[in-house]
Amino acid sequence: MRYLPLDEADRADMLAKIGVKAIDDLFADVPNAKLLKSLPALAKTQSEITVEREIGRLSARNVAAGSVPFFVGAGAYRHHVPASVDHLIQRSEFLTSYTPYQPEITQGTLQVLFEFQSQVALLTGMDVANASMYDGSTACGEAVLMAHRITRRKKAVLSGGLQPHYRAVTETLAKYGGSEVTALAPDPLGKEDAAATIDGETSCIVVQYPSVYGSIRDLKPIAEAAHAKGALLIVVVTEVVALGALKSPGEMGADIVVCEGQSIGNGLNFGGPYVGLFATREKFVRQMPGRLAGETVDAAGKRGYVLTLSTREQHIRREKATSNICTNSGLCALAFTIHMTLLGEAGLRKLAALNHANACDLAERLAKVPGVSVLNDTFFNEFTIKVPGKAADVIEKLAKKDVLGGVPVSRLEPDKPALADLILVASTEINTDDDRAAFAAALKEIL
Amino acid sequence: MAMNTQGRPTAPGTVSSSEITTFTGNRGLDHEEPLIFEIGDTGRTGVDLPSAPKAKSRLGGLERKAEIGLPGLTEPETMRHYVRLSRKNYAIDSGLYPLGSCTMKHNPRLNEKMARLPGIGDIHPLQPQSTVQGAIQLMETLAHYLMELTGMPAVSLSPKAGAHGELCGMLAIKAAHEAKGSKRDVVLVPDSAHGTNPATAAFMGYRVKPIPAMADGTVSAEAVRAALGPDVAAIMLTNPNTCGLFEREIVEIAKAVHEAGAYFYCDGANFNAIVGKVRPGDLGIDAMHINLHKTFSTPHGGGGPGAGPVVLSAALAPYAPLPFIRKDGDKLLLVEDEGAAGDAKPFGRLTAFHGQMGMYVRALTYMLSHGADGMRQASEDAVLSANYIRASLKDLMSQPFGGPTGDRPCMHEVLFDDSWLKDTGVTTLDFAKAMIDEGYHPMTMYFPLVVHGAMLIEPTESESKQSLDQFIGTLRFLANEAKHGNDKSRFTEAPMLAPRRRLDETKAAREPRLRWRPPAAKAAAE
Repeated sequence: MRYLPLDEADRADMLAKIGVKAIDDLFADVPNAKLLKSLPALAKTQSEITVEREIGRLSARNVAAGSVPFFVGAGAYRHHVPASVDHLIQRSEFLTSYTPYQPEITQGTLQVLFEFQSQVALLTGMDVANASMYDGSTACGEAVLMAHRITRRKKAVLSGGLQPHYRAVTETLAKYGGSEVTALAPDPLGKEDAAATIDGETSCIVVQYPSVYGSIRDLKPIAEAAHAKGALLIVVVTEVVALGALKSPGEMGADIVVCEGQSIGNGLNFGGPYVGLFATREKFVRQMPGRLAGETVDAAGKRGYVLTLSTREQHIRREKATSNICTNSGLCALAFTIHMTLLGEAGLRKLAALNHANACDLAERLAKVPGVSVLNDTFFNEFTIKVPGKAADVIEKLAKKDVLGGVPVSRLEPDKPALADLILVASTEINTDDDRAAFAAALKEIL
Repeated sequence: MAMNTQGRPTAPGTVSSSEITTFTGNRGLDHEEPLIFEIGDTGRTGVDLPSAPKAKSRLGGLERKAEIGLPGLTEPETMRHYVRLSRKNYAIDSGLYPLGSCTMKHNPRLNEKMARLPGIGDIHPLQPQSTVQGAIQLMETLAHYLMELTGMPAVSLSPKAGAHGELCGMLAIKAAHEAKGSKRDVVLVPDSAHGTNPATAAFMGYRVKPIPAMADGTVSAEAVRAALGPDVAAIMLTNPNTCGLFEREIVEIAKAVHEAGAYFYCDGANFNAIVGKVRPGDLGIDAMHINLHKTFSTPHGGGGPGAGPVVLSAALAPYAPLPFIRKDGDKLLLVEDEGAAGDAKPFGRLTAFHGQMGMYVRALTYMLSHGADGMRQASEDAVLSANYIRASLKDLMSQPFGGPTGDRPCMHEVLFDDSWLKDTGVTTLDFAKAMIDEGYHPMTMYFPLVVHGAMLIEPTESESKQSLDQFIGTLRFLANEAKHGNDKSRFTEAPMLAPRRRLDETKAAREPRLRWRPPAAKAAAE
């Protein structure tokens, strides 16, 4: 087997050195009756050629986003990732290193995490950010639990503009962790009065910016209303590129900001791995989940970085930890940091402007298709359209015409027949004029 | 002096051994590298994009006006910055990485290539299921492999890492109890457990009750029986455990747990020791997470991403979270909502999408490559290598659970304590840091917590005998120096040859600097 360096002679020598006769003597603690007498019923060792063929066959049965006009979003976005990003994250020293528990020989990863935390703090307009979470949705659930710890209250209000799967993740954690969630009705028009739902028992209100339906609202009034009642404002961003064009949540009074960072540096990957961004105010840092890299000096006085404030974490605090999170999204965070460094502020702003312009153009084109209306007054690179009939059927028909035309809201809100004619449509910098024209034409043909 | 016809010397002169101080602070190939904030600026970029056409803004008047402060670099500058940083990292590809419990085995590059196929890496979780049947088939195949290897009837692929898998398994357990109207609120966790176990239990509102281990490092059925009661919802037990030992009373423990109406959660972080040798399902386990980034070799990436699928017993299978796969004629369906779940009673949802596809494909590629025989051989080689290290060091270093002669076999990792360092002036930390100067990543230290000055060594199956022998030789040299050497500075001042000397963790925690700030702001803040 090409991955196993020991040969039979080595194994015999090693058994002799150990002083046992057979390998199973080392498994003596396994109850004998339970030791498998035969191999599991699976294929035997296969060559690289064979395996590549088999996985290749599975891959070929999927429609790759890059092969068709593609407008799917709702929390994961197809952006162009520069070739150098993927090259750098495959450097052995990054790819095959562990969590940096030995800082003297992992300064590479630690400095990257420090840069990542700094970029995330700047982008969100917050004081501090952690070294990453699994993804945006789990970061959202953790943010609610953090708000409970800070406010010593147990009731969260979720805006109807929150991605429904984020809501489900947060509700799952709350349900079994003994806290309460009030989820507001789906808000495709962006008109809900979330502030009115905050009372003296509310620990936090969770608002998505832009909302899952695409609309953008000033969060300042909600922040003020929350703070007046002693509650926190948690802002969820599922498309971080938007923060290149929009005011930061920090500027508008957010207390915790969580984002799905996939858009920067990371591919679609059918839903994961992604990278959760988690940022907050300085005064809440000790209630934060996840790892943190911090600056310090070494014994010779040189600047260096270490994992710090670990008294919040499970390996030190065990049942008193702020979260059970351990392994997170290190390599995806690295990809984010490299891509963000390549962009820089100038590139990010340009990228955001391009996304917005493409989406504006698409909205105009689709609005002209008979029977279609665009619901949004405001949006960044994603908006909601209303179609005659079932949106899910329209999407399937579009797929048959080789257009991946967005996400039917019914996929996210299956129990809400009133929303069954809505489609979330995203357009990023990857879409060409031809793509958008093809989408509009295909839609027109179908309807 | 020997020289060529151009006058270039072709043989070295004599050298003195003293180090020089360089103008740059660099030491040959080891460069001092500033932060991007110190070398980049907000106007610079490494990405050429077309300018956006003029369009009426639909941002609702919320355009960002103030500067963000994100520095940019051109592509060559970016390459150099991150390549230089990468060279400050230790990695499996550059050396033996004996981190116990972390399983730093070889990461085959075919796995990386497969993860980047367009039909795998470039598909969206919410595009129509009719357009991703190959991807769902891949998940189904992985699920089949995991169930076959564990002897369990169901698996949830959703969890994003080991600790997330613990959460998944324990939520299924909680849901199963709730379905029976049971309000049990205690979870038993041995002291030797990973910190994630008690953290997970507490995260869900359970009270954690510790169970002591026996003098031999394992948990007895008797101790479990004594701790069980009508308030106990589950036990969380790691097997093989964090001392590197197989829990020999595990079958009786499972029986006792079930008789008391509780469930058995197994932390599968160490499953890599027993793949193809024994099936958790045959031992009476109800739920176990599998760290694909350990056992099935998806790269650790400096701290993730991982993946932590959870296998479930028949009793817990109905409670598996959304989404899950169901066969629908010749099609595969990802069931994403409760309304479509049929008889199943999913406890909820753990993540927005379908889990870690990028890790599934890598793990499946690993499994297909190894095959059943190769996976069993890998487990055997991992156990053999750990025991070889144990047998080669037992005369110099002390094992807390090695038995009177130090001959008790371990599984895939061998545990030493620091009693052999008593009165040497050298601590476990010193010893570990001295390994760095010898070119090795230290072993896991001070874990498990039940052993004083623990040193947990896991060589994995990826090392050749020559590599193991060199490692053993190095540790024997260091152990002898620690015990008998006159100059202990090789330990107490180590590492001396790494990119950094020991770092001040106390300062980092007392004066937290968690992000870059411009020099002026920094001065004002201090």
